[in-house]
Amino acid sequence: MNFDLSPEQIMIRETVREFAEREVKPVAQELDEKSEFSYELTRKIGELGLFGMNIPEKFGGQGLDTLSYIIAVEEMARVDGSQAATLAAHNSLGIGPLLDYGTEEQKLKYLPSLCTGTGLWSFGLTEPGAGSDSRGSKTTAVLDGDEWVINGSKIFITNASVDISLGCTVQAVSGEQNGNKIFTTIIVEKDTPGFRRVPMHNKMMWRASDTAELFFDDVRVPKANLLGKVGDGSHIMLHTLDGGRLSIGAMGLGLAQGAFEMALAYANERQQFGKPIAKFQINAFKLADMALKVELARNLLYKACWLKDEHRPYSKEAAMAKLYCSEVAKEVADEAVQIHGGYGLMKDYAIERFYRDQRLLQIGEGTSEIQRMVISRLIGC
Amino acid sequence: MKILVLISNVPDTTTKIRFKSDNTAFDDAGVQWIINPWDELALTRAVELKETGGVSLITVANVGNASTEPTLRKALAVGADDAIRIDVEARDAFEVATQLASVAKDYDLIMAGIEASDYNGSAVGGMLAELLDIASVSSVSGINIENGQLLFNREIDGGSQVLSVTTPVVAIVQKGIAKEPRIPAMRGIMMARKKELKVTAPVSAEDRTSFVRFELPPKKAACKMVAEDNAKELVRLLHEEAKVL
Ligand SMILES: Cc1cc2nc3c(=O)[nH]c(=O)nc-3n(C[C@H](O)[C@H](O)[C@H](O)COP(=O)(O)OP(=O)(O)OC[C@H]3O[C@@H](n4cnc5c(N)ncnc54)[C@H](O)[C@@H]3O)c2cc1C
Ligand SMILES: Cc1cc2nc3c(=O)[nH]c(=O)nc-3n(C[C@H](O)[C@H](O)[C@H](O)COP(=O)(O)OP(=O)(O)OC[C@H]3O[C@@H](n4cnc5c(N)ncnc54)[C@H](O)[C@@H]3O)c2cc1C
Repeated sequence: MNFDLSPEQIMIRETVREFAEREVKPVAQELDEKSEFSYELTRKIGELGLFGMNIPEKFGGQGLDTLSYIIAVEEMARVDGSQAATLAAHNSLGIGPLLDYGTEEQKLKYLPSLCTGTGLWSFGLTEPGAGSDSRGSKTTAVLDGDEWVINGSKIFITNASVDISLGCTVQAVSGEQNGNKIFTTIIVEKDTPGFRRVPMHNKMMWRASDTAELFFDDVRVPKANLLGKVGDGSHIMLHTLDGGRLSIGAMGLGLAQGAFEMALAYANERQQFGKPIAKFQINAFKLADMALKVELARNLLYKACWLKDEHRPYSKEAAMAKLYCSEVAKEVADEAVQIHGGYGLMKDYAIERFYRDQRLLQIGEGTSEIQRMVISRLIGC
Repeated sequence: MKILVLISNVPDTTTKIRFKSDNTAFDDAGVQWIINPWDELALTRAVELKETGGVSLITVANVGNASTEPTLRKALAVGADDAIRIDVEARDAFEVATQLASVAKDYDLIMAGIEASDYNGSAVGGMLAELLDIASVSSVSGINIENGQLLFNREIDGGSQVLSVTTPVVAIVQKGIAKEPRIPAMRGIMMARKKELKVTAPVSAEDRTSFVRFELPPKKAACKMVAEDNAKELVRLLHEEAKVL
């Protein structure tokens, strides 16, 4: 067994940490408060090469392994959840399905501009009536001659409505067979007539990340915009979410790491009753538990990444890592606020933002309940 | 133009400093190593100059054992074309300069930092120029190439100076040489893997200094808070305890 990261992975961690500390940290609070998406940071993240990390070089990416990418998301989340969200959603949900299921033409057409930070792509699965139960989807795609005609709507779609959102991979019902819906995945570019994107403002968390509602009103796209095959939709979705779970895990791990570091520093500095509050055993043990949880979360997540990089089955471990890392983020952020006392409730302290940002992680890309369902099935219940 | 950037491998600037062996040596257990901040800025400027044209090669060189290689790899990721490590522990400035002189002959511009942030010797750049018998310019805060001519900026009392210099030359660089150190991009990190990091055997060189002992600065006394309406007590403390009045 070897727990060492490669020299490149170590350098990637240091590099993203330096970038996040230097470029993201100073503006994170203000962007959060104004609920503002940063085009500038997105461009810089692109220049750093964090978009398309797993894409082969011939399509404009970096050709890196899964773990390198997960380390990058973790380091971004250690400093700011919103930027980590833009990064993770674009790579895992936006780029992922295009890379895994696109034809050579589709990849050459879309991927290069999605690796630079000047274009984002989104994944439209969730609908008002279809959240955890994605089969409840009502959006339809009907083939009419050489075109797909799409009708319906999507909700909570990340990276879908800012100026640089170039398009969306849309999950739609394309027919029925033996009473079962046939799901098909279709590429819709942003300026297609009938396609409307409405930003959803004033979230509790990820306030500097773009979330949108999408409306499709007789949207016509060429037949060639089909991603994968007709009827592949469910498979594409499940496969994409497996990968996506690793990046939500990374966001939980990074957030927990950041919250833990803040709590430790604060506990060593804050004096009450004549000594640092870290010297009170109850706080010291709390910090010890936080460190333990972060360490466990990291080991589980990295192992899931390793399985993926070794091309072995990793669905169970991905669900476990998503579940555990996101719950650790909640527990660690909560105790970190407690250690900060009243100051932890003020916006001047970053821990306040971390406490809000962690809350999505147990809901997005499959709730904790759904993860437990997935795991229980995979262990034979 | 060929540029050689000297890279010193130093403890991260937030390192808690401890000593071992009866206070005669720095305890490097658990220390995170980085490129000396001045050298990182020098390298950044070298890469900028290469991007605007007129520079054909950037080499980075370090005197140190194998543990300094991650630092050199990072320099390659930032944009150096190749790296040389002279395989011997760096012990004092004269030894380091002697080693560097053995690899520095074919370069037009040699960039050294004004000081290494570990031992703050401020000696290697000047010694190297002397050993190579070439010019050196200290406190360089800007380097430009105009029509093939190398121009240095220096801050002087109440103003600044622009020098035109002949090559080869050692530039001992300081604040201003580049705005902020460049962060390597993912592409750079991947390319660094394929770039050459040459390890060369040391020449014989003597140490002219050795450490007798290190001392940490005295511990800062705990901060005393004086109530805002108690100026009298403040004056008393400054007078009787701090003895600064
Ligand atoms: C900020 C943000 C960004 C998002 N980005 C995207 C995106 O880019 N693309 C996308 O497609 N979606 C996105 N989503 C949607 C997200 O994936 C869904 O919110 C999530 O899947 C849950 O669906 P829901 O909100 O409809 O909750 P529901 O499914 O209505 O769940 C409500 C509650 O019921 C529980 N529940 C549901 N079914 C069961 C069951 N069978 N057993 C036990 N409990 C159950 C859930 O666990 C939850 O606690 C995003 C959401 C948010 C908030
Ligand atoms: C006990 C001890 C242990 C050390 N351990 C290590 C070690 O593990 N790894 C290591 O790399 N160094 C090590 N050093 C070397 C040290 O980092 C310096 O390189 C050396 O002592 C010269 O320091 P200075 O303060 O005189 O340099 P300065 O004269 O202040 O340095 C000025 C500039 O010279 C150049 N320069 C300085 N040192 C080097 C170098 N070694 N290689 C290339 N360019 C250089 C840089 O551009 C630097 O900015 C050690 C030194 C001592 C005394």
